[in-house]
Amino acid sequence: MTAVLCRHFGLQHVEIAEDIASDTFLKASEHWAIHGIPQNPTAWLYTVAKNKTKDYFKRLALFETKVTNEQSVDIQQEIDFDLDSQLISDSQLAMIFAVCNPANPDEAQICLALQILCGFSIEEIASAFLAKPETIKKRLQRARTNLRKDDFQIKSLSESEITQRLDTVLKTLYLLFNEGYFSKSNNQLIRKDLCSEAMRLTLLLTEHAETDQPQVSALLALMCFQSSRLDARMDDKGEAILFDEQDKSLWDTSLIERGNYYLVNACIGNSISKYHLEAGIAYWHTTPTDQDKWEHILKLYNQLILIEYSPVTALNRTFAYAQVFGYPKAICEAEKLNLVDNNYYHELLGFLYTETDTDKAIAHYTEAIELSKSKIGKRTLLKKIEQLRKTP
Amino acid sequence: MKEFALIFRLKDISDFRPTPEQMQERMNWLAGIASQNMLVDKGNTLLPFAGSAKHVQADHSITDGAYTEIKEFISGYIVIKADNIDQAVEIAKANPIFKQVGGSIEVREVLQRD
Repeated sequence: MTAVLCRHFGLQHVEIAEDIASDTFLKASEHWAIHGIPQNPTAWLYTVAKNKTKDYFKRLALFETKVTNEQSVDIQQEIDFDLDSQLISDSQLAMIFAVCNPANPDEAQICLALQILCGFSIEEIASAFLAKPETIKKRLQRARTNLRKDDFQIKSLSESEITQRLDTVLKTLYLLFNEGYFSKSNNQLIRKDLCSEAMRLTLLLTEHAETDQPQVSALLALMCFQSSRLDARMDDKGEAILFDEQDKSLWDTSLIERGNYYLVNACIGNSISKYHLEAGIAYWHTTPTDQDKWEHILKLYNQLILIEYSPVTALNRTFAYAQVFGYPKAICEAEKLNLVDNNYYHELLGFLYTETDTDKAIAHYTEAIELSKSKIGKRTLLKKIEQLRKTP
Repeated sequence: MKEFALIFRLKDISDFRPTPEQMQERMNWLAGIASQNMLVDKGNTLLPFAGSAKHVQADHSITDGAYTEIKEFISGYIVIKADNIDQAVEIAKANPIFKQVGGSIEVREVLQRD
């Protein structure tokens, strides 16, 4: 609803649009509680929103006449909200492109997306990020100021705007998903919410001809594969379950099938995005035991690291390397990375040394615990050290 | 950090077509450099075959390829970053091409312009 209203107001007035939207829902909850839910709730909501918008413009006009003493303000501004789902969906799409503005840093973009596109409250965002609501509030204010400065027109998207911004949009959705999938919060509900919101928005992109591009399908495939394991990768106490120990019967096969479908859709044209490669890797992880599985995964990581360096990719690649070439060779490869400030680097080395050098393994795990910020992560590592101490 | 071009040379045109296994080993080496965030440019492979390689002389005489008179030919290059030339040389030494088909790698510092 905010998206449709913004189409009318322009992005400068996103707060007004949000106020009207939340007023409308407030009125709905009061009215519906007494009179029951109307036959067409959506139409009801939009009629109320339309009236509230008219009121707003009347008041504004009145105010301006009084203050500026000008007579000729057109009160009867044409307000015409279509209720058809096409417009709602178009407005949402345009809003995604407006919110994913490269002027804002990554974290701010995710917060903004959660607030404007997903309707999360500041408290909900704060608990997802394990941050203070005050911090999130400030971050959102700064981000909104940047959006206003940019004056992005959300009426209709031109082809060039789509090509310019699609990368930023996909990156934001990718980060939003990861925020849920690798969340600092161990609240499973919040994590699932973030993942499903990211998927909903990506799905929206695939439903529009202009934005249904191969890399979008690839990203959606990646999200499907990853979320097929959401239930399996955490136990009921919020403890992470490692890949090898996961109960594979908890994997959601229908999501895996959806992932396969989108991955096939993504294979049109010649371009290979990092989402293609990551989806390919996730695909291999969903297959039970193919003999060459790890060789395929290593090949994909090789390509991925050539497209874009990141410490995470480097470490994951080394893990795949270990599966193909054995741990001793992988230790060599891992130590070259020299990411001494990274807890995952030490976790990987701890893992690789487990069979050959218990002391070194314990030393690396200890270092990893010191550097780790995640409570669950620390607990999992402590267990590993205990196990290592038990085995002679 | 300085930048270095690694220029690959092969001895024989028949060495130019690596097997899938050799190709995979080379990719692992290249990705290993990228994993250390030391790859500046993954460079290019240069085709040595007739029709793909010409040599232009000062007098504008043109020969096919450049490989009839000299023994080695350039097959490709990459650009890496390293603290110093010794580190770049160590990386070059690990290239699987030496045990696969031989050849040589020339390590050259790239001039940095301000």
